[in-house]
This record gives sequence, C-alpha cells and structure tokens, in this order.
Amino acid sequence: MQLTEKHKEYWSKNLRITAILLSIWFVVTFVFGWFARELNEIVIIGPLGFYMGAQGALAIYVAIIWYYANYMNNLDKEYGVHEGEDE
Amino acid sequence: MSSVSQSQFTANLKKYYTFYTGGFVAFVIMVGILEQMGVPSKILGYIFLFATILLYAGIGFMSKTAEVSEYYVAGRRVPALFNGMATGADWMSAASFIGMAGTLYHAGYDGLAFVMGWTGGYCLVALFLAPYLRKFGQFTIPDFLGARYGGNIPRSIGVLAAVLCSFTYVIAQIYGVGIITSRFTGLEFAVGVFVGLAGILVCSFLGGMKAVTWTQVAQYIILIVAYMIPVVWLSVKHTGNPIPQISAYTSALPKVTALEKEFNDKTTPKGAAEESVRAIFRERAAAADANLKGLETGGANFLAEEKKKLEEKVAALKAQTEPAADPKAIEAAEKAAKDYPTDPAAAKKAWTAAKSGSAAKAGAVKAHAEPFPAAGKTPEDVEKARGIAKKNFLALILCLMVGTAALPHILMRFYTTPSVQEARRSVFWSLFFIFLLYFTAPALAILAKYEVYSHLVGTSFAQLPAWVSNWAAVDKTLMAIADINKDGIVQLAEITIGGDLIVLATPEIAGLPYVISGLVAAGGLAAALSTADGLLLTIANALSHDVYYKMIDPNAPTVRRLAVSKGLLLVVALIAAYVTSLKPGDILFLVGAAFSLAASAFFPALVCGVFWKRANKLGAILGMSAGLFICAYYMYLTYPFFGVMAPKWWDINPISAGIFGIPVGFIGVIVGSLISPAPDKEVQELVDHVRYPNLEGDIDTAAR
Repeated sequence: MQLTEKHKEYWSKNLRITAILLSIWFVVTFVFGWFARELNEIVIIGPLGFYMGAQGALAIYVAIIWYYANYMNNLDKEYGVHEGEDE
Repeated sequence: MSSVSQSQFTANLKKYYTFYTGGFVAFVIMVGILEQMGVPSKILGYIFLFATILLYAGIGFMSKTAEVSEYYVAGRRVPALFNGMATGADWMSAASFIGMAGTLYHAGYDGLAFVMGWTGGYCLVALFLAPYLRKFGQFTIPDFLGARYGGNIPRSIGVLAAVLCSFTYVIAQIYGVGIITSRFTGLEFAVGVFVGLAGILVCSFLGGMKAVTWTQVAQYIILIVAYMIPVVWLSVKHTGNPIPQISAYTSALPKVTALEKEFNDKTTPKGAAEESVRAIFRERAAAADANLKGLETGGANFLAEEKKKLEEKVAALKAQTEPAADPKAIEAAEKAAKDYPTDPAAAKKAWTAAKSGSAAKAGAVKAHAEPFPAAGKTPEDVEKARGIAKKNFLALILCLMVGTAALPHILMRFYTTPSVQEARRSVFWSLFFIFLLYFTAPALAILAKYEVYSHLVGTSFAQLPAWVSNWAAVDKTLMAIADINKDGIVQLAEITIGGDLIVLATPEIAGLPYVISGLVAAGGLAAALSTADGLLLTIANALSHDVYYKMIDPNAPTVRRLAVSKGLLLVVALIAAYVTSLKPGDILFLVGAAFSLAASAFFPALVCGVFWKRANKLGAILGMSAGLFICAYYMYLTYPFFGVMAPKWWDINPISAGIFGIPVGFIGVIVGSLISPAPDKEVQELVDHVRYPNLEGDIDTAAR
C-alpha cells in the first residue's frame, strides 16, 4: 500500500479543516468564557455572555460538526477515497 | 448483510418509529383519560413505570441475537439518524434530564459549564475520533489500543480504565433509577433499584448492542417528548410565546434580573422583608459558630454542660406553677434537650452544616446571568475569588469536553454505523438531538426562577400554590418552606429548593394534569435506563471480548463468547446495583469523576494513535497510566470523601482533576514514544488505513 501525493494532499486538507474548526471551537468556548463578564454588557436577545454559554455556543458546535461531515464526505469523493455506497 | 438493502432497512425503521411515536402519544392520551375518570395518581405512576419497562423488554426480546457482530456492534447497519438518537439517549443521563435545569437554577451562569462541556465535547468526537474508529471497525475501544500499540499491556490498561470510569458512571445512573421509581410509585429505594435493574437487563441481555440500540432510540423519543411538553406549556403560560428558548431570554430574564435587584435593595419593601429573614439567618449562623468554637475548646465536656443546661431548663419549666408553663413550651424544651448531640464528631458535622446553610441564606441573591459572581472584603479579595471561579469554570468545561470524547460507551456507538461517511453524519445527528434538550434546560431554569421570584415570593403562607405544599409534603430536601420572620408572607430566603425539583415539578407549576408528571417520570427513567444500558454493556464487553476472548481464549467458539458476555453482564449489573443500594456519595461528583478519569486515560493515547504515526507502545503505556494515576491521585488528595484534604493545586477543584491528567497523558505518550524505537511498518499501515475511508490495496481490520 503506497500513498500517492494525492493521498497526502487529502490528509493535509483534512488536517487544515480540523485545525480551523478546532480554533472556532476554542474561541467560542474558552475565549468567550474568559470574557463572559465583559460580553454581558452587550445585549442581543439576552446578555451576550450568558446567551452564548446557554445557546449560542451550542448552536455553533452543531454547525461545526455539520460542516465537517459535509466537507469531508465531499473531499472523500473528490480524492477518490470514498467507500462504495452502501445505500 | 441480510437480504434487505440498507436503504430499505432505513425506510422500514422510519416507518416503525413513526408508528411507535404515534402509539406512545395515544398511550399518554389514554392514561390522561383514565386520570379524568378518577383513577388515583399512584396507579397512573405504576402504569407509566411498568408499561415503559414492558415496552423496552419487548424491543429487547425482538432484537435477541446469536451473532457476534450483532451482539457487539448491532450488525454495523444503524443509519446515522438513528445512531444519533441512540447516542443521544445513551449520552443524556438522569443527571442531564432531571438534574441539569436544577443546577442551572442554583448556579446561574456558572452552571453552564455542564451545558457547554457536555455538548462541545462532540466537536472533539467528530474531528478526532468517530470517523477513524469506524474505519478501524472492531468491537471495543481497548481493541483499537491493542491493535494500534500492540501487545496486551495497552489493551489491559484500556480495559481497566474503561471499567473504572464506566462503573463510576453507572452507579450514578442506577441511583437515578432508584430515586425515580421510589418517588413515583412509593416503592422503597432499594426495591426501586432492583426494579430498575430488571428494566436495564431486559434491554441488553438477549440482544447486546443490537437490542440496546433499538431500545435507546425508543427511549430518546420518550425522553425528548417528556422534556419538551411541560417547558413549552410553561413558556406559553408565562409569556404567551411557545418557544421557551426565546421567551425565557426576551421576557422572563429581564424580569428576574429586576427582581434580583429589588430583593437585594433594603430600601424597597421586598428588599426590607428579605433583609429581616437574612438577619435571622445571620444570628443562626453566629450561634452555630459559637457552638463550634465552644466544642473546639471544651470538647465532650462542652456538650455535656450544654445538655445539662437544657435539661435544667426543662426542669425549671415543669416546676413553674404560677402560672403553669405552656405544655407546648415544655415539649419543645424536652425535645431540644433530647436531640442535643452527645457525640463531638456528630455535633461538629451538624453545626458546620447549620453554619454554612444559614450563612448561605443570609447572603444576597446571586444574579442569574452574571458570570463568576464573587464576594470579599476588599476589591482585591473579590478579584481573587473571581479569578478562581473563572479558572475552575473553564477547567471543568475542558474536562467534560475531553471526557466526552473519551467515554468508551459513547465512542463504541460509532462502530455501529454502516460506513465512515455515516459515522461523520451520525455525530452531527447525535449532537443535534442532545442539543434539543440542552438548549432547553437553561430556558427552563429561567422560567422556573421567574415563577418562584414573581409568583411564589410575596404570596401569603395561608394560600401557598398546590405544587409547593404537595412537594413539601413529599420530600423536604426538594421543597422546604417556613415562615422564618413570622410575617405570614413568603420571602425568597424562606424557600429551600432542591435542584431535582425544577424538572419534576414543572408540569404542576404549568398547571398540567398528573398524566404529564407521569410522562416526565417515564422520561427520566428512560434517560437513566438508556445510559445505564450502554455503560453496563461497555463494561461487560471489555471483560468478555478484550479479556476473555482476546487474552485468555482466542479460539473460543461464538456460542461460548456470547454466553460469557451475557453472564458477565448479569454479574456486573448485580454488583453495580448492590453498590448503589449502599448510597455512596455525591452523584454530580461521581459523574464528574468519570469524565476526568476517561479524559486522562484515553484521550491522549487515542488521538495520538490516529494523528501521530510515531506514537508507540511504550508511549501509550506511559501516557495512559501516568494520566490515569495523576487524575486519580489528585482526586484522592483533595476530594473530602477520602479525608486527606491536601491543599489544592492552583485552586483547581477535585472534579476537574483531568486538567492535570490530560497534559500528563500527552507528555507521557510523547516522551515514551521518543525514547523507544518507532513502530514497525504494519502499524504505520494501520494508521494510514484508519485515516483514509478507502484505499487501493488496503488492509482490512474490520471484525465480523
């Protein structure tokens, strides 16, 4: 089993999208958490710091996973590493 | 694969579960009609309890199997959508269903650590683990460790860690089952535990993962319906808006915040009334403190003297003739003398509790939406306390998230999808279904708070709402209310609410009939049973598959493998139920401990196994054992239960012990790998194999 350049490119693209999504995850969780008191000064629907922790961050997590699944499932096909469709 | 194609199978599942949901709704309506006809609520509680357990037993029986891959991974044909629902039920435990809203009610913003931690962890599952584990495609998490790192030692540490954290967690679940069954049917706690246990076993015994999967889907549907109906109703009642996730923030939260300010402002009538209650609590705290000081200097003598004083008082009252003392006063004095503690240890415990309880009631109302509230004498003190709260909040989030991505019973679920692509999609569905409940819980906490602050506070004790007096009669730890300052009006400081009450009492607060309370109990039961199922199966599989089949007897025939699995399931379940009936400690801590332990032991070795080809056997052994050890050691040092009470490291609470275990685990993997030779070509190929969903000339690791 020899990996081609194309395979390596697939993997580096995977690592890139993983890193990008992970940094969004980090900012939403820890940066917003760190500055929660300051963010509470801004009011959108509710105080922003509280609202992000209660709903905003959660919705972004769902979006991150949805985007990753779509992106990777397309990337599989583009690079010809997808499985034979079972359905 | 059987004769039915996967798409046909999915279509059939959708049909079955649509019928099922309709049937369940019809069942609830039927019970509602029974209630209107005057059937007592205790009977309705029994109907819900036994009908749902019977239902799960039916699904479990229909899913019975004698095939290894069906028993361990449900035949790897669970579509993403359904695996998402099953994972949701597997994930959401009694703590999420019943406890979460209550935690948020009490802790406000700081309680959101659980909401964020228990959802954000799925990002790590999706990005780092689920697709790769699915491609690897065996049966258990120790399987992956064994194949990737070679030899029995990594596998054995994996088994040990899986059993340790799953067992800690399953105790908490069975405890929840016991509480729900005993509360809604009046059975004793220990009996409730074993009834619940029967419910757990009927789901998993005959069909293993296959049965657990299909019951978990059924349980998810019940629990989400049971959670949503009362909250939506409450939202309509209070705000006229049927979407609690909006109404709680736009209409209830501003009112709650305004009331908090009023309660804390002594110049307003409400604030003045609160202050009069707080003054009484301050006195009580001071009295408890004086007793503690006396105990410290006088020891047992102090207790004997004080008891004597009380007895003399009784004698004096009895001796009084002109006019004779009030018999009630004599009775009260006798009781005080009789109940006075004689054992210094017991006295210390009681007074310490009284002191902290009264001191908490004497303080100002915490602002719900304010992150990291802190108190102190000087601004520096406040800043310091706030810094510690913030640090612990973020540390807890990290531990819960990484723990989520390391709990074997969750990761195992992603072995059951038909393909890597479906595994990725199924993480999305899992979080989506979990999200539905988790973003409702903070809204429910606010709506409940609004009800208490604006409606309960200020009513007269003669006209308490029915739900208050009902719950106060059932359980004092859930609802206690007393007119401390004798003004006949309810003040906030006079109410003590147990966290679990919020979800349990919501139907009554919203003015819904008892049938909905029964539904909520059935939902809580479904949440606890489904999680307990997944956990017990994980433990039994780790022992039967990894220890018995992979290490002791690799040639065991299928029949014997399954017999061993089922036997172990029974044994583990009985041990777990026995330990639970002893009522060990704090549920939230048990749950938190399971997450920290799993995070420290598994996450570094699993992630490095996929993303770092150089990681090898020594690294895995070192990383897993060091992470697990540091995490457990820190809990031992700082958690009061163990009695060591060593100073905390950087003020981190014992529940977040993983904050030390996770980095130590990573360092262990890296150092151990670099000081020993790189793994051989076969392992490198295995890593490539899991990284690409499909490769030319690929090796095959799937177990069938």
